[in-house]
Amino acid sequence: MAVLEHTPPAVAQPSPTQPKKGWRKYWHLYAAISPFYLIFLGFGLFPVGFSFYLSFHRWDGLGSMEWAGLSQYQYLLSDSDFWNSIGNTLIIWALATFPMILLAMVTAVMLNSAVRLKGLYRVAYFLPNVTSVVAIAIVFGSIFSTNAGMVNAVLNAVGIDQVAWLNTPWGIKITIAALMTWQWTGYNAIIFLAGLQTIPSELYEAARVDGAGPIQTFFRITLPLLRPTLLFVLVVSTVTGLQSFSEPQVLLQTSSNDSTFAGGPGHSGQTMVLYFFQQTFDNNDFGYGAAVAWGIFLVVVLFSIINWRLVQRRGE
Amino acid sequence: MSSIKGSRRRGIALHLPLIIGTLISAFPFYWAVIMSTHSSSEIFSYPPKLLPGTHFLENVRNLFDAIDFFGSMWNSLLVATSVTFLVLLFDSLAAFVFAKFEFPGKNVLFGLLMVIFMVPAQLSVIPQFVVMAKIGWIGSMTALIVPAAANAFGIFWMRQYMKTAIHDELLDASRLDGANFLRQYWHVALPVVRPGLAFLGIFTFMGQWNDFAWPLIALTNPNNVTLQVALSQLNGTHGTTDYGIVMTGALLALIPLLIVFAIGAKQIIGDLAKGAVRG
Repeated sequence: MAVLEHTPPAVAQPSPTQPKKGWRKYWHLYAAISPFYLIFLGFGLFPVGFSFYLSFHRWDGLGSMEWAGLSQYQYLLSDSDFWNSIGNTLIIWALATFPMILLAMVTAVMLNSAVRLKGLYRVAYFLPNVTSVVAIAIVFGSIFSTNAGMVNAVLNAVGIDQVAWLNTPWGIKITIAALMTWQWTGYNAIIFLAGLQTIPSELYEAARVDGAGPIQTFFRITLPLLRPTLLFVLVVSTVTGLQSFSEPQVLLQTSSNDSTFAGGPGHSGQTMVLYFFQQTFDNNDFGYGAAVAWGIFLVVVLFSIINWRLVQRRGE
Repeated sequence: MSSIKGSRRRGIALHLPLIIGTLISAFPFYWAVIMSTHSSSEIFSYPPKLLPGTHFLENVRNLFDAIDFFGSMWNSLLVATSVTFLVLLFDSLAAFVFAKFEFPGKNVLFGLLMVIFMVPAQLSVIPQFVVMAKIGWIGSMTALIVPAAANAFGIFWMRQYMKTAIHDELLDASRLDGANFLRQYWHVALPVVRPGLAFLGIFTFMGQWNDFAWPLIALTNPNNVTLQVALSQLNGTHGTTDYGIVMTGALLALIPLLIVFAIGAKQIIGDLAKGAVRG
């Protein structure tokens, strides 16, 4: 429906009162959106511009800024610690995301055909997402603890040697990924479930009449029609997963001596954002920190585009 | 027609994995409860304890000695409720304007909103820190409350909600009755979108309660922090610290969240799914 009173009249009509002009006519609308935009200007837009400016300078946050040109970015490209953090982030992201999406989809399909207890399951599966990451990272730290952890107790019980989860490169990555998978599977299952419920049931009936089995039905009907939802889930988990910070920070701050942002032994759990915090606030290198932040931004955008392309192309 | 036996078998095949999934979802909560009732030496014994112990009250007492639990919880509550209130007010006002009115510059301003939405938080961390240091907010809760009050997601979401939920006939009628902008907002728009506000409010509260990275940086005085930061400080030295205390703290920090979730579970899960399908 059109908003009638704001479409200008086709013929100029004499109005009983003087027509309001320009901002006087709209001032209340601008006033209504201004609190948001004022805060955004000071703490959103200005900071982004300033961080761009900062990335071309050397600055410890206290002294005077020194023009550095492109040298921060040149150093960034050759900084093996930064590349290490990119590698860590991508590995952890992949270890968490693919099992998570698979599990979430299977769960959603099962929930969709379950008649009873649907509401109860949905609440139970969503619960992990409600937790504080700090609290739950502490809990996971104890579940994956080398000497007294539940996971090693189970491994021992079935005759497998215990693993020093938070002291080995792969153990660290797997533990962080397990935490993320645990936290986000139910959330995504509920999103997939909503997508499933938009698929008309006639399609499934037609498939059954044609003699399609459950697996065929899934790949021929469910998966293609779920593509928009899959795209949403993938992009959201890329953007959030590549910016993981709290999980590795809380899990690993204990086992390192050099920095609370070091990401465990050998920096093998140091994600990109952890590295950003280390450079900025431990080394007080604000200029380089800003360059790292823009590097992270590029990686996130790049991977979001790649994911988008992959999902869009599939099933064409 | 399928036999009763067959459908029961199908039911088990369906519900068994779902129940296992439920147990995995719930286990860390159970584990936190169990660990919070044991002493540190019991926690590090093998095999791990699976049943409650007797040290809960002792752990609670030690926790309250180790950190200013109620002080930091008060800080968290203060931040989370203030931000929630401000976000609901600012976002619903702006969303109402974007959903139902035309004015010069609308598209540009809304486009700007989309851009903000995509900029990652790290990019603004340093300048925000510098600005806050200059105006003297570092170390105070204001540093957490004010920037969080500009929430672009909330405007998107409320705008979408208001577009469909508030009928133009209703607004026109109120205008004929002489209602000005504020009356339209307060008496026509807000009552209709109450469920949407509830969702946004709960979501904002939980997000703020859990926020960690920025409070860790902005709250420079270790005696005046939010609960999440206080907890992470406890965990920081667990070689020497009592693990029972840490787990008790983690557990107690979850309770307010679980209460808020219990109040709004239906709303959250329903609206979250709606938003995703629409998006």
